[in-house]
Amino acid sequence: MIRFDAVTKQFPGGTVAVEDLSLTAPTGRITVLVGPSGCGKTTSLRMVNRMIQPTRGSITLDGQDTSRMNEAQLRRGMGYVIQHGGLFPHRTVLDNIGTVPRLLGWDRTRIRARSNELLERVGLAPELGERYPAQLSGGQQQRVGVARALAADPPVMLMDEPFSAVDPVVREQLQDEFLRLQGELGKTILFVTHDIDEAIKLGDQVAVLRVGGRLAQVAEPAYLLAHPADDFVADFVGRDRGYRALQFQETPRLPLRSEPTIVLGEQPTEPYAGWLLVVDDDRRPVGWVEPHRIGTRTVSTGDLHRGGTVATEHGSLRAALDAALSSPSGRGVIVDASGSLCGTVEAHEVLTAIEGTRRPERRGSPA
Amino acid sequence: MIPSLVSWFTDPANWSGEDGIPNRLLEHVAYTAEAILVAAVVAIPLGLWVGHTGRARWLVSLANSARAVPTLGLLFVVSLWLGPRITGDLAFVVPSIIVLALLAVPPLLAGTYAGVQAVDPAARDAAKGVGMTPLQVLRQVEVPNALPLLFSGVRSAVLQVVATASVAAVISLGGLGRYLIDGIALGDYPRAAAGAVLVAVLAVLLDGVFALVQRRVVSPGLAPGGRGVSGRGKDSRSVEVEADSPSTPVRAPA
Ligand SMILES: Nc1ncnc2c1ncn2[C@@H]1O[C@H](COP(=O)(O)OP(=O)(O)OP(=O)(O)O)[C@@H](O)[C@H]1O
Ligand SMILES: [Mg+2]
Repeated sequence: MIRFDAVTKQFPGGTVAVEDLSLTAPTGRITVLVGPSGCGKTTSLRMVNRMIQPTRGSITLDGQDTSRMNEAQLRRGMGYVIQHGGLFPHRTVLDNIGTVPRLLGWDRTRIRARSNELLERVGLAPELGERYPAQLSGGQQQRVGVARALAADPPVMLMDEPFSAVDPVVREQLQDEFLRLQGELGKTILFVTHDIDEAIKLGDQVAVLRVGGRLAQVAEPAYLLAHPADDFVADFVGRDRGYRALQFQETPRLPLRSEPTIVLGEQPTEPYAGWLLVVDDDRRPVGWVEPHRIGTRTVSTGDLHRGGTVATEHGSLRAALDAALSSPSGRGVIVDASGSLCGTVEAHEVLTAIEGTRRPERRGSPA
Repeated sequence: MIPSLVSWFTDPANWSGEDGIPNRLLEHVAYTAEAILVAAVVAIPLGLWVGHTGRARWLVSLANSARAVPTLGLLFVVSLWLGPRITGDLAFVVPSIIVLALLAVPPLLAGTYAGVQAVDPAARDAAKGVGMTPLQVLRQVEVPNALPLLFSGVRSAVLQVVATASVAAVISLGGLGRYLIDGIALGDYPRAAAGAVLVAVLAVLLDGVFALVQRRVVSPGLAPGGRGVSGRGKDSRSVEVEADSPSTPVRAPA
C-alpha cells in the first residue's frame, strides 16, 4: 500500500506542482492518476521513489515512511516505467531488461533466463533481444521499459504513461496485455496517464488531478462516470460518459434468440431473405452473408461482411449494445467464453435490459 | 628529393644502433605513451567528475585556453626550471614528458567532459530510477555512453603528442624528432624529410590502432544516426554501425 499524506511539492522556481495530496493506492490494485498536462502526475509519481523530494507531507509504503529508507534500495524494490522510455542506449534489449537483477546481484544464467522470459511476456519477438534501443520502434521501446520495470518482480510498480507512444489499436492491445499480466501478478500499481479512457479501462481506482496538483476526485471508474464531483471532473471524463459507464455493467440475462447459421464453405440450402450468420466448424461466428448474392455457390471468406463486433455472454452491456448497433442485420452476435455462438440480440432488447438494471453504486468519495 | 629519400631509407646504417629507425621509433612511441598515460590519469577522472557533478566547468575552459601557450616556450621554461634538479638523461626526458602531457590534457579533458555531458538525460534519470548508486550511474551508464566522445579526445591527444614530441628533440630528447632537428642542423635534408615522413606514418598508424580499439569497446548501440536496421531475423547478431565521424560504416559484432 502506498499512502500520500498531505503531500505538497513546490519547485525552487515557485511552481506548486502538487498541493496537499492525500491518497492511498491499495495493495494489489491499479490506482490511476489522471489529469491534464502539467497537473503534477509525474511529480506525484516520482515522489514515491524519491526521484523528487516532497516539500511537505509524507509518503509511506506499507506503513513505512519512505524518507527514512535507503534511496537505492527503495527504488530497486519498485518497478519504474519512465514517461519517455529512458532505455540505456548502450545496452541491448536483454541487458536493459536485466538491469535491476544485475544490481541485485543475481547470477548470469538467472538474469538471462528472466530477461528472455520477460521479453516474451511483454509480447516482443525473441530476436529483438539482441537489438539496441535505437533499433526499436517507440512502442517496442515502451514495452522494453515495462519489461525492465518488471524484471526483479517488484511488488510495487510506478508507470508513467507507458503506452503513450503507440497508435490507438496497439495501445488497446498493450492495455489488454497489461490487464492480463496484472491478473496474474497482482501488483500494487500507480499508473499515470492523461487519457481518461485509459484511466477508466485500467484503473481499479481513478484519481483525477487538476492543474496545480490538487486532487479533484478519487473513485472507482464506474462511480466517477456516474457521479463526477464537480464541473471540472464532469468535463474531464467527457460527454459520452453515460454510454461509457455501460462497460462496467455486466450483461444481465439477455433474451437471446437462436440464429440460423451456415458453415463457411457450404452452400445455402434454402432461399433466405436478409442476412445470414456464417460460422466456422467450431460454431465460432466469422461474419455475415446475404444468400441471394451467393446463389448456388459455396460461401467463401471473400463473401463475408465483417463489420459487426462480437460480445461475450457475460461481458459488458456496452459490448452487447455495440454488437447490435454494428451488425449489418441489426442482430448483435453474442458468444460464450470459448467464442462459440450463443445467439443474437437486438439493440432495443439491450436497451430494455439497460433500463431494467439500476446502476450499481460503487464506493468512491468526492475529494 | 624522392630518390635521396629512398636511398636514406634503404641505407642499412639507418636501421641499426642508437640513431637507427627502430630505436628512434620505439623512443617516440614510449614518450607518447608516457605522456598520454600521465595526462589520462589526471584528465579523465577530472572530466568524469566535472561531467557527472556539473561542478567546476571552468576547469574545461581553462584547459582549453591553455592550448594557446606556445609549446616551444613551455618546453624551455620547464626544462630550465627542472633540468638542474634532475641528473643524467632524465634531465631532458622528464620536462619533455611533462610538457607533452600538459598538451594532451585539454583534448582529453574536453572529450571526457563532453562525453558525459552528451549522455541522454533520460538514460541518466532511468539509471537513478532503477536504483543505481551515484558510482553505479557513472560506471554503468555515464562512462559507456561517454566513450565515443572520450575516444575522439584520446585520438586527438595522441595525434598532437606524436607530432609535438618531435619538437622536444631541440632539447636533446631522442625519438623521431632527432632526424628532423639534426637533419636541418647538418643540412642533411633527406634525413630531415625522412623524419617528417616517419612521424606522419606513426601518427596515422596509432590513430588506426585507436580506431580499432574504439570499435571494440564502444557499444554498437551508440552508433551515430541510431537506427541500423539490419538486426532483423537471422541477421540480428550483427548490427550496422557507424564508427567515429571520419570513418566509414563497419560491421561490428553485437
Ligand atoms: N524540475 C522542475 N522544476 C520546476 N518546475 C517543474 C519541474 N518539474 C515539473 N515542474 C512543473 O510542475 C508542474 C507539474 O509537472 P509534471 O511533470 O508533474 O506534470 P504532468 O502532470 O506529469 O504533465 P504531463 O502530462 O505533460 O507529463 C508543471 O507545471 C511543470 O512545469
Ligand atoms: Mg508527466
